Amino acid sequence: MSAAGSNSGWEVVIGLEIHAQLATTSKIFSASSTAYGAEPNTQANLVDLGYPGVLPVLNKEVVRMAALFGLAVNATVARRSVFARKNYFYPDLPKGYQISQLELPIVEHGEMFITDADGNEKRIGITRAHLEEDAGKSIHEGLDTSSGIDLNRAGTPLLEIVSEPDLRSAKEAVAYLKKIHTIVRYLGISDGNMQEGSFRCDANVSVRPMGQEELGTRAELKNLNSFRFIEKAINLEVERQIDRIEDGGTVVQETRLYDSDKDETRSMRSKEEANDYRYFPDPDLLPVEISDEYIEAVRESMPELPVAKQSRFVDEYGLKIDDAEILTASRALADYYEAVVEATGATAQIAANWVIGDLAGALNREGKDIGESNISAADLAGLVSRIHDNTISGKIAKQVFEAMWDGEGPADEIIAAKGLKQITDSSAIEAVVDTVIADNPEQVAEYKAGKDKLIGFFVGKVMQETKGQANPGQVNQILKDKLSS
Amino acid sequence: MSLDKDQVRHIAMLARLKLTDEEYAISVQKLSKIVDFVDQLSAADTTGVVPMAHPLDAAQRLRPDVVTESNERDRYQENAASVSAGLYLVPKVLE
Repeated sequence: MSAAGSNSGWEVVIGLEIHAQLATTSKIFSASSTAYGAEPNTQANLVDLGYPGVLPVLNKEVVRMAALFGLAVNATVARRSVFARKNYFYPDLPKGYQISQLELPIVEHGEMFITDADGNEKRIGITRAHLEEDAGKSIHEGLDTSSGIDLNRAGTPLLEIVSEPDLRSAKEAVAYLKKIHTIVRYLGISDGNMQEGSFRCDANVSVRPMGQEELGTRAELKNLNSFRFIEKAINLEVERQIDRIEDGGTVVQETRLYDSDKDETRSMRSKEEANDYRYFPDPDLLPVEISDEYIEAVRESMPELPVAKQSRFVDEYGLKIDDAEILTASRALADYYEAVVEATGATAQIAANWVIGDLAGALNREGKDIGESNISAADLAGLVSRIHDNTISGKIAKQVFEAMWDGEGPADEIIAAKGLKQITDSSAIEAVVDTVIADNPEQVAEYKAGKDKLIGFFVGKVMQETKGQANPGQVNQILKDKLSS
Repeated sequence: MSLDKDQVRHIAMLARLKLTDEEYAISVQKLSKIVDFVDQLSAADTTGVVPMAHPLDAAQRLRPDVVTESNERDRYQENAASVSAGLYLVPKVLE
């Protein structure tokens, strides 16, 4: 075993191949539906089944989505790109080839910036992003002597995003992957759902002695379908390669499968000899040509991207940079936040605190995403407004929030029904303060003798008497006035 | 002979073809002839010529992103050797 976690003396080199399923309604080359979860083979037409004599016709949307991605990562969008056949036999690929792009992909030379372990910005090159079709699914469970094939997924459009081998640790790989995940969802070109397989990743991992220029032999890790697994699998593989070399062995170039149950990577021997895809241009498809005007129109349609949104939140709403970063992590969350701010007016920071704090906490607790929140943006705005106009204190607001989360209605109804309205009538507060002072002569004497800290004790008593509904600022002021007289 | 037996064996494996020794001998000869014929193209000077991706001088037409296909599974599966619960059955694929 190499020293746990420390790969001292070794440099880790990682490149990622990400498959993002494009969010079209129909397939890349046929007019079948791409909806997830349908009965087997009910969304597979003659083109998807690879019947002889059929012709693929390219979906307009996939071209737009690929171009949009290319522009978002500062890449070159090819004015002319070509589809090629990647030939191999597998039962879930009935044509015997996958339509992909090889020499002239639609997107090339892009970049993405991540924050490295030292907190510095680091550029990760994006070699290319090309369009291709997905294969079907093989089902082995519950069948003894045969495998079942479901071709609903066959022909689903994918954008394969290939990075340069610029990543130097599993953490960097995850950071880069998260950035790509965020950007495809911002652009609305993929739902990024990892459980359903619409965002998958293969990692090319190698190690080399620190300072060596030549790259080590790489292994390709497949089946990485969650951020957590990717980090674990890469770390396991790095450790395996270092151990092997330190024990006098060599790393073999191969495909390895990550098994999350056993927490190990293992060789997929069967695929080795077949890795000869004999690509050639697909005669069924003409070159895809894109005009400069088209590229400009796509550029015009570009939504605000995370980095720009983050700085706007800082400038426009006066948020702290960290808060702005959290709120712009997804477009849905940023939109929710902006809807709250818009409905409440000048309470951007209070709104941010509630979205990042109690709302995120409640969502997290129930494993929900912002789109599934029990509380709508308008309702949260209602709560924030009541804090802002002093109807309720921040402390009572937490109680109201929980009631809203549990479906008891909007903030105003809950405040009225439970009688939570803050007491701001100074004569009412004064009456309570008088009682508290009369009931605690000892503490009053100590306070007057200079024990200032006792103010907290009096505030607590008043709050207890008023069930937390007295305005804390007023309580403080009135107490101080009365105790010093 | 531009191809040897090992190359042909590799191609046969990729095409999932099982050949006898006799068939290998014939295939090496025939395939070599094809390769030699195509190799004549190498004699042409292609400096500055953009590789052609398609013989037609045209660009790909695009389709709107609309679903127009309906479920015809039963009809398509009439042609299948074996189906079960909507799945096409094939000999067990081991991974």
